Amino acid sequence: MAETTRDISIQTRAVGDAAIIYASDYLNKLTGERIERECRRQFDSGRRTLIINFRDTELVNSIGVSILVGLIDAAEQNTARLIFSDVNSNTANLFEMLGLTRHVSVAANEAEALSWITEGDSSASAVSEARP
Amino acid sequence: MTGKLVSIGNPALPHGRASETNYMETNTQRLIHAFSALADLGQEIADAGDFEDMLRNSFHLLLGSLAIRRGGVAEYDREADQLRLVAARGLGEPATDTLPLSTEHAQHLSTLGSPMSLADATGEAGRFLEDHKQVFAAVEIDLVLPLVVREELIGVVLLGEKASGEKFTDDDLEVLSALSRHIGVGIHSHRLIEDVEQKAAENLRLYDGLRAIYKETVRAFAAAIDIKDRYTQGHSVRVGKYSEVIAREMGWADEEVEGITIAGYLHDIGKLIVDLSVINSPDRFNAKDSAEMSRHPAAGYEILAPISHPYADIPLMARYHHERMDGNGYPDGLKGDQIPPGAKIVTLADSFDAMTTDRPYRKKLPLEDVLEDFRANTGTQFDPEVVCAFCRAFLNEIEGKKERRLLNLLNRNYSNIEELSPLLNQMLSEFNGGTMTASANN
Repeated sequence: MAETTRDISIQTRAVGDAAIIYASDYLNKLTGERIERECRRQFDSGRRTLIINFRDTELVNSIGVSILVGLIDAAEQNTARLIFSDVNSNTANLFEMLGLTRHVSVAANEAEALSWITEGDSSASAVSEARP
Repeated sequence: MTGKLVSIGNPALPHGRASETNYMETNTQRLIHAFSALADLGQEIADAGDFEDMLRNSFHLLLGSLAIRRGGVAEYDREADQLRLVAARGLGEPATDTLPLSTEHAQHLSTLGSPMSLADATGEAGRFLEDHKQVFAAVEIDLVLPLVVREELIGVVLLGEKASGEKFTDDDLEVLSALSRHIGVGIHSHRLIEDVEQKAAENLRLYDGLRAIYKETVRAFAAAIDIKDRYTQGHSVRVGKYSEVIAREMGWADEEVEGITIAGYLHDIGKLIVDLSVINSPDRFNAKDSAEMSRHPAAGYEILAPISHPYADIPLMARYHHERMDGNGYPDGLKGDQIPPGAKIVTLADSFDAMTTDRPYRKKLPLEDVLEDFRANTGTQFDPEVVCAFCRAFLNEIEGKKERRLLNLLNRNYSNIEELSPLLNQMLSEFNGGTMTASANN
């Protein structure tokens, strides 16, 4: 059963044991910190699989990248799994170039991300298909 | 700031046209991302409201420019000979947020001014890294960038590995150097502002101290003036305080009120040159004595004019405190608005104290008579606005609406002061609260 909540501009959806967090159109300090807070809240509440959906995200700036790197660390410390989904091609290239994709699975879309969770697919660690 | 770099190796260029194109595209994108970080950093520093925030955000921008996993910014405290961690990410809980840094090491770092890899640094930089190797290893730091502005060590940026796991390239070091330079300049500017603020606060304290000394000196002077006249002891200080009450009632600013208080203290300083036998004469002045006595306002001006007072017009207030609205005063026979407002206040305060204290040739006057004197001479001797301010202040104190300043200064022998309220109200009504036009101005 899916349950959707919205905290200011962060929309979150719980699907089974996972939570999907929707990033906004521009991932900067302000919006990045909201995502960070939400992810940490989810980790603290015991959630061990998080999907960050970038379907609305056009741009990620350096602070946004830094916050995502921090979340990767937090996920590792919590032995949690972090999946990015619906990443546009520019952002996907940026993540690839900066090496974020070495630490996080990137799914083409939410359905694929959810299927990885269901199937326990551990091989999905590269960009499957980026949005044009 | 120096810009030389410690080379720590470059990844080999890929072979083949397609790979080369791909490499160029990636490199271009990397540069665009770095430039964007640099632009954001410039904005961050320019917009900085809170220094700590600016530092944290700038450091995150630097980390994000190359997706560096951990690091910190440490500010150099020259007086404490240490580096103090002021922003950090991913370092966990370091055992300490300070790191000792000798003056010698600081000098070497400021001379080098370039990124140092923990693995590759040599010479003096290597000595510094070697000395702190255990500390850096504990927090997994690979790279140290000294922040140097105008050959002065401001601090260091400590960086761990990139998320890509790749070694830092020369291009990376160029990007990090540029970003660090901005952070260094931001810290340096903040320090300069702090220094200026500290010096301004210190100057303000000194100024306040000097002002207090000046006021005390003036009060001592006022006492000295009054000692010369055995019949008017405490007169100058009281005139200063009456003037203060009136000026405050007239809505003068604090600085101006302080000024008029000082003017009250010093208004009779010219009496220092008046013959002692005249000042202390037990009789009413004859024509000769009056002429001698009337020298004191101009003499007071001559004494006070060469002094740089922290308040405006003090010498003029001394010179003109015996001028009258109708032009029949002395020394210059000024009338109406030619008389400075402060001098008009001191005139009333001076007359009030003269009439409410015993003189050798008469006892103090009843307060009702004093007020009737003011009433009769408003517009000719006294300014209506000043008289009304005095009446309002007096009335407010009688009615308990304001602190008892005038009443406390008056000789305690006065009783039934509250009975003056109707007369005070009547005077206020007659002079339209101070808007009555002085006859001298007509």
